[in-house]
Amino acid sequence: MSNENILSNNGNDVSYLEYKGKHTGILGWLLSTDHKRIGLLYLISLSIFLIVGVTFGFLMRLELLTPGRTIMDPQTYNSIFTLHGVIMIFLFVVPGLPAVFGNFFLPILIGARDVAFPRLNLLSWYLYVVGGLLAILSILLPGGPADTGWTFYIPYSVRTNTNVIPALFAAFILGFSSILTGVNFVTTVHRLRAPGMDWFKMPLSVWSLYATAWVQILATPIIGITLLLVAIERVFGVGLFDPALGGDPVLYQHLFWIYSHPAVYIMILPAMGVVSEIIPVFAHRTIFGYKFIAMSSIAIALFGSLVWAHHMFTAGMSDTGQLIFSLLTMIVAIPSAIKVFNWVATLYKGSIDLQPPMLYVLAFIFQFSIGGLTGIMQGVLSVDIQVHDTSFIVAHFHYVMFGGTGFGFFAALHYWFPKMFGKMYNVKLAKRVFWAMFVGFNTLYFPMFIMGWLGMPRRYYDYLPEYQIYHVISTIGSWILVSALFLMFGNFIYALFKGAKVTEKNVWGGETLEWQIATPPIHENFIDIPVVTESPYQYKDNELVLQTQEAK
Amino acid sequence: MSVQHTAAAHIHRDDVASRMGMWLFLFTELLLFGGMFILYSVYRFTHPEDFHLAAKELNTVIGTFNTAILLTSSLTMALSIAAIQRKQKTLSIIFQLLTIVLALGFMVNKYFEWGAKFHHGIYPGSETLLSKPSGEILFFGLYYVMTGLHGLHVIIGVVIIAFMTVFTMRDVITHDNYVKLESAGLYWHLVDIIWIFLFPLFYLIT
Repeated sequence: MSNENILSNNGNDVSYLEYKGKHTGILGWLLSTDHKRIGLLYLISLSIFLIVGVTFGFLMRLELLTPGRTIMDPQTYNSIFTLHGVIMIFLFVVPGLPAVFGNFFLPILIGARDVAFPRLNLLSWYLYVVGGLLAILSILLPGGPADTGWTFYIPYSVRTNTNVIPALFAAFILGFSSILTGVNFVTTVHRLRAPGMDWFKMPLSVWSLYATAWVQILATPIIGITLLLVAIERVFGVGLFDPALGGDPVLYQHLFWIYSHPAVYIMILPAMGVVSEIIPVFAHRTIFGYKFIAMSSIAIALFGSLVWAHHMFTAGMSDTGQLIFSLLTMIVAIPSAIKVFNWVATLYKGSIDLQPPMLYVLAFIFQFSIGGLTGIMQGVLSVDIQVHDTSFIVAHFHYVMFGGTGFGFFAALHYWFPKMFGKMYNVKLAKRVFWAMFVGFNTLYFPMFIMGWLGMPRRYYDYLPEYQIYHVISTIGSWILVSALFLMFGNFIYALFKGAKVTEKNVWGGETLEWQIATPPIHENFIDIPVVTESPYQYKDNELVLQTQEAK
Repeated sequence: MSVQHTAAAHIHRDDVASRMGMWLFLFTELLLFGGMFILYSVYRFTHPEDFHLAAKELNTVIGTFNTAILLTSSLTMALSIAAIQRKQKTLSIIFQLLTIVLALGFMVNKYFEWGAKFHHGIYPGSETLLSKPSGEILFFGLYYVMTGLHGLHVIIGVVIIAFMTVFTMRDVITHDNYVKLESAGLYWHLVDIIWIFLFPLFYLIT
């Protein structure tokens, strides 16, 4: 019962893409509880929202090309940056990697046939769709889209006449979807690991998804209740946060960031997992410091939950509070740095193959380091007073969330695309698109560091003429970036229909379990549940040592 | 092997996983209410006098009565699980129905309690309430929101237990497969426990 046996069975079992269950056609997808199909449902819906979010960001940049009015009025601008934030955060980056690649690959990576609760998994997707539709509804309903920023700060969010309620409920429902995914993944990792797959034989992306799932479970309810309370305050006039009724708006900020800071780790941790997965494969070398990388994911989840108030240094807080949160913010940088050092150490003396996934990963390390280090700068109290609410923050945030998570998402897409669809994209084009993306991204966001340092406030519609040169460079960067995104999606869509067919199991020479099953995977992934004998990433003299040797 | 053959997917049952999933979900519920308990603590700390005066206006008798009802309903819920484990299907159904009746009794009391408050003009946005000091506005704001959300959980619990009763009647829940009922029980005890904290915070500490 060795690999040959799995091979010989291949002809008999159809891929999940062609599988026919109880339902066929479109219902076979919409009612499927197969984690792989749900992953693809997420991929499609996330991509649609990504396009919407990018469009809003693009329009914002266009407006900022010249001081004063360029293409839209201030109210529209306020709505557009709110929608850009809400859609990108709640509908793309937070669900992003866990919902698409976590769903698709988590069970395969641990040698399971599905997640622990397949029907709950499908429910999560439906909640996601309902949340997304509500967000769209908030744009279309009379009253105009919400203009509060994605943070819904009190008291403005209870006073403005725009459609804050649908936007709040959208975020609430999306949070519920996120919680259920978290519950599912934690249980899956605990209960469904294949025989022999002990905790320290798990691939590193499983560790990071596991840590992420805990943050999803423990942090999301806080934002759920907070947003619900704002909605209740708005509808019924109940005194909770509004200072006119005796409430404390700073308390709202605390509750908001108790979730929303850990949420940035929900966003970045899975991307770090993808990086840890891709680097050994394209360096043909065992990952350096496996246990440290695994444990640093847990440490990030833990410390990341204790630093929320660094978003509020200027909002009014005791000196002691400021000092403690500043210190904790510094501490959370340590596990992230451990990861970066270990990734770089893995590359050292590796046989590096610059395929598209690897290029995105290297850009991730570069951009995440800039984003992370500027984050520490803001953790320093004196510097924070200077840069608070300037575009420096915007640059920092986008270097982590787009330069980090976004590029991590693209890396994962390039890495797993052939396995997911059994088709290959144009590799040469993908490499060129990567460079356009890299240049576009840095041209777009780096000038924001400079102008933010010089005092350009964030969220502003208008600005002084001396900042224009930076805005012009930044807007040109957005044009390059959007073109690159177009080409990237074009490349994938073309590959889906006309790309070269891939039947090879192991396209990149990976060692984890997904590369030992059919391409594309069969309905329940494994004909026999594998018995895991090796740690992941055991490259010996640049040769593969597969994670399983015998199927039985 | 035909395509149809693969449709006979493996049937996966893992009670430990189901229980674990339920516990994780209960954590999220605790944190959901936790956010409101933080609000309560902070506002109590900043407005101790107003909270003291406002709490006196709540009816401790109804509160105590409701606490007794809810605790009893937790007992009947636990008994229904014990009964199904001992293959006493009818008894289990009776206990589940009793739980539902007690839960509805709790809601009826709640209705009269809220009704009385409304009658006295104490409700969000009312003139009587807005003329009070801000601490009392916050107290009653929290009172309505927290007991209201708790009440919503009671109603959800009733619906869940009603489903369990149907499942038990149809032998979906049996003496060797009762994890659904157990999970419903866990949920119900959570609803109970949250009330155990709400009761002293609003009614007893004055």
